Amino acid sequence: MSARTISEKILSVKAGREVHAGEYVICNVDRVLGTDASSPMAIDYFEKMGGERLFNPSRVLFAFDHYSPAASPETAAFHEKVRAFAKRHGADLCDVGEGISFQLLAERGGALPGSLVIGADSHTVTAGALNLFATGVGSSDLAAAMITGQVWLRVPHSIKVTLTGTRTAYLSAKDVALALVHMIGADGAHYQTLEFHGSALPSFTLEDRMVIANLGVEMDAKAAIFPADAATTEYLRGRKVGLDAPVTADVNAKYSREITLDISRLSPRVSLPHAPDNVVPIEQAAGTQVHMVFLGTCTGGRVRDFHEALAALNRAGGAIAEGVQLVVTPASREVADKLRADGTLERFETLGAIITETGCGACCGTSGVIPADGMNVLSTANRNFKARMGNATAAIYLASPAACGAAAATGRITDPRAERAAR
Amino acid sequence: MIALEGRARRLGDNINTDYIISSARKRDTIDEHVLKQWLLEHVDAGFAASVQPGDIIVAGKNFGCGSAMEVAVTVILAAGIKAVIAQSFSRTFFRNAINNGLVPVQCDTSKFEEGDTLSVRLDGSTPVVVNFTKELTIAAEPIPEVMLRILESGGIVQQLKIHRLLAASHSTQPS
Repeated sequence: MSARTISEKILSVKAGREVHAGEYVICNVDRVLGTDASSPMAIDYFEKMGGERLFNPSRVLFAFDHYSPAASPETAAFHEKVRAFAKRHGADLCDVGEGISFQLLAERGGALPGSLVIGADSHTVTAGALNLFATGVGSSDLAAAMITGQVWLRVPHSIKVTLTGTRTAYLSAKDVALALVHMIGADGAHYQTLEFHGSALPSFTLEDRMVIANLGVEMDAKAAIFPADAATTEYLRGRKVGLDAPVTADVNAKYSREITLDISRLSPRVSLPHAPDNVVPIEQAAGTQVHMVFLGTCTGGRVRDFHEALAALNRAGGAIAEGVQLVVTPASREVADKLRADGTLERFETLGAIITETGCGACCGTSGVIPADGMNVLSTANRNFKARMGNATAAIYLASPAACGAAAATGRITDPRAERAAR
Repeated sequence: MIALEGRARRLGDNINTDYIISSARKRDTIDEHVLKQWLLEHVDAGFAASVQPGDIIVAGKNFGCGSAMEVAVTVILAAGIKAVIAQSFSRTFFRNAINNGLVPVQCDTSKFEEGDTLSVRLDGSTPVVVNFTKELTIAAEPIPEVMLRILESGGIVQQLKIHRLLAASHSTQPS
């Protein structure tokens, strides 16, 4: 047996034979995820395909996250359609307020090391933080998987990403992720998996790893996979549903490319409008006026992110600057409950922030707050395409929760390491 | 066998699916015949009004990146466009295109301009692109067999209807 990457090992198990990068395989999937944005169309395909039942209802999860809550009768009708389908077929349904699909899968212990997850949401790759192969598909592939329990895939080549050095105070996982997007480019990981290695990994929590894996798709990666270690075990404790099968890459595995990033001297990063890979060190964007700060999404909507943002906001003055709208959207109910229990949400509320329902929020202009004409938005999200947040004249900048927290206090893009000096 | 002829509609690099059709537009309808009025609105406000059935989109690299939303494919088809020729495609868009019968052709598009007269022929696995205006004939990247089968059955709906399983009589399965 020749040396294999994590991707090759997982897909070999799921294809039932030893497979290597470049081969086309049909794999059995462990979990299938749909959202309120992708499932209504998947249900149409399911019916056109003559689908009668789900391959395994307990393996299929629908989450209402993009339209949370529905803001029109038409959107409400999409929700009703998915509710009725889930009820008829016995699938798991996470209704409005529960959270983002793959976040829920992880929280409920269904994102298991060694497994194969497909989701009709490109950011499904996030679940790879838990040492599994998770990839995004469209509604028709989702429908086919709902019926067959299978997906065809080209076994991807892998890019070995080695993180070395020492993590400094105020360095966010988002800074590492944006630095990688810049190094690799918007299509640099085309058809490939990012597989993470390196001595710096223990300094990144599971939530941090989700941030980094999440941005994989902004490099067009098919999956982004971390090794399983103590952080993985810790996260799965008390959650795990089923058996996990952690996967390690063979020492001599072949990679399409190897990238090393020394995080010791990495400064905070900002992605400028209108492309996620338009990344600069924060020094080059500092001073830019900010009208809206958005904390949330599948990139920056977890407990650690809000703690990081609030701490930075406090260091930078402890009040929201005049003329700044601060929007807080937890990624899931579990996240919101924890933030409520530890006083974080109350603190944000007291400061005057808008706390919205959990889910994708303002990220793609489908629920939550829409920026006004000409506004500059600083966001913890993953995409800053023109019009992404529902207004083509707004300019979206992407940064870490710390940088967003600092900007909420100063009204300008602010290096979160230098807030005291800036005041 | 697929044979198409049409006029090139030139786009650039990294045209993401939100640019093809915005997430906010599809919140209230996924009917591609309604959505097509906003096709590429933030790239070219006049695109939807000027598109003609038979037009062929020509793009740079990473076409269809970003969200995996499938309306980005169905809205292009609804506008009467049956092929997209690009330097490269994002994987989710490529899959969705094949699944719905939109022909994704990968080749060097650097010399192609708006309005060029093009043909795309697919007979076997290698699409052949002819740019009559520029007098170029290009053999594009072959389409993998698994995708060709889906495209030839008329899309994944037909394939599932006929075979019930993705694995049906497939050559990549263990023999």
